[in-house]
Amino acid sequence: MDQYINIKVRVWRQAGPKAQGHFETYELKNIFQGASFLEMMDILNEQLISEHKDPIAFDHDCREGICGMCSLYINGHPHGPDSAITTCQLHMRKFHDGETITIEPWRSHAFPVIKDLMVDRGAYDKIMQAGGFVSVNTGGVPDANAIPIPKAKADEAMDAASCIGCGACAAACKNGSAMLFVAAKVSQLALLPQGKVEAAKRAKAMVAKMDELGFGNCTNTGACAAECPKSVSLANIARLNREFICAKLSD
Amino acid sequence: MWLKDSSIGRKLVMSVTGLALVFFLLFHASMNIALIFSEDAYNWICRMLGANWYAIIGTLGLALLVLIHFVYALYLTILNRRARGNDRYAVTARQQGVDWNSKNMLVLGFIVLGFIVLHLVNFWSKMQFQELFGVKTGAFDPQNGAAYVKYLFSGIYDPAAVQEGVAFTPWASWVHPLYCVLYLVWLGAIWFHLTHGIWSALHTIGWSSNIWLKRIKVIGCIFATLIVLMFASVVVYYLGMYFGSLCA
Repeated sequence: MDQYINIKVRVWRQAGPKAQGHFETYELKNIFQGASFLEMMDILNEQLISEHKDPIAFDHDCREGICGMCSLYINGHPHGPDSAITTCQLHMRKFHDGETITIEPWRSHAFPVIKDLMVDRGAYDKIMQAGGFVSVNTGGVPDANAIPIPKAKADEAMDAASCIGCGACAAACKNGSAMLFVAAKVSQLALLPQGKVEAAKRAKAMVAKMDELGFGNCTNTGACAAECPKSVSLANIARLNREFICAKLSD
Repeated sequence: MWLKDSSIGRKLVMSVTGLALVFFLLFHASMNIALIFSEDAYNWICRMLGANWYAIIGTLGLALLVLIHFVYALYLTILNRRARGNDRYAVTARQQGVDWNSKNMLVLGFIVLGFIVLHLVNFWSKMQFQELFGVKTGAFDPQNGAAYVKYLFSGIYDPAAVQEGVAFTPWASWVHPLYCVLYLVWLGAIWFHLTHGIWSALHTIGWSSNIWLKRIKVIGCIFATLIVLMFASVVVYYLGMYFGSLCA
């Protein structure tokens, strides 16, 4: 049964991108275990505001696990200790009375801290802009069933497309690599006939952008897939490797 | 050059050189295993390879592979540490399904490399080197490799096999089992390196999918275990001989 618990929250506070950050510990009393993690953060911020202190900056938007806006590295795990969920879907019942919860921002060279727990994930947008799309030609809307697609392929593309671009993969990776994200975005299109046309160009452009932005080199530890809130499979990385190597060899 | 400038290109170089070295290990282990069955067979292999032109080309190729694999490993590690950023996580936790060895390949690589140096001093300097330059660096004829291997690991030798013109004083008895243990530790490090390395190399080449990912992990584990068992069986065989000689 969910109960009311008293916890300590150890939060990374950093005034700005260039400022020196530090941890600060706050005590919270009577937090209901049925509350979501972000609701706990809201309660903490209310408490800080009432004490005339600066509230903690953190990212959040839809709070139903589909937008990819929330982040937070909680007790050593991106999106917290539960598996296959985003931080907004995490509940306080995953923590016990008297626990000290450590909350850190994503730490990666390509994700600089903006303030406190908020990081700039614009790098992922730049990778998408480099080629994560299908060029649209004008004309009438084609019939949805005009191009036959095998069910297995459609399912695999859909699984890859479930990536919400939250950045947990790069945050969890000891190499700061964004390979799982790029692999998912390349796969969701490379698997389908509509995306196949530009597959080689896309793989080269997105990988080049990823490298340019300072993400690391994948060593297949699998931490990304283990921490991914959408359980995007590691096999997508092999597909990206395949697409990229074939594209380079046919140059 | 995309093999140097792109992340996947760099990983491809690691993967291809690594796989080539795995095949070398398999080749090497297959020759070692001959020692258990027939010393004559092993000596025949020693003569066949020795300082022949193809063996020298092979050795140089091998040295090049190790060098590329090593230089790229350092290069990738530096790039990856930079990508991680200067701020480290205060709390890190183990993820389920993430193997310890996959996160410590560089450390394992250094252990393996350290023992390679020992191995070259132990064997290469007394076999191919001796044949190439005609300097008698070892007590035994390089064409009689079996006698030397037997002596190194078990301490047993035939005084008639000692080369002429070499002042030979046998080592202290404890040196032999120590070498056995050192080589077994080395093989342990190789096993950890390979159980991640083989499947990771195949994954990097792109030979993986949701189904094959599980398969290549098993294939990697079988290959690594097979190679290490083949090498280890020779060491254990001579270690047994050493203990046998103590009882005799």
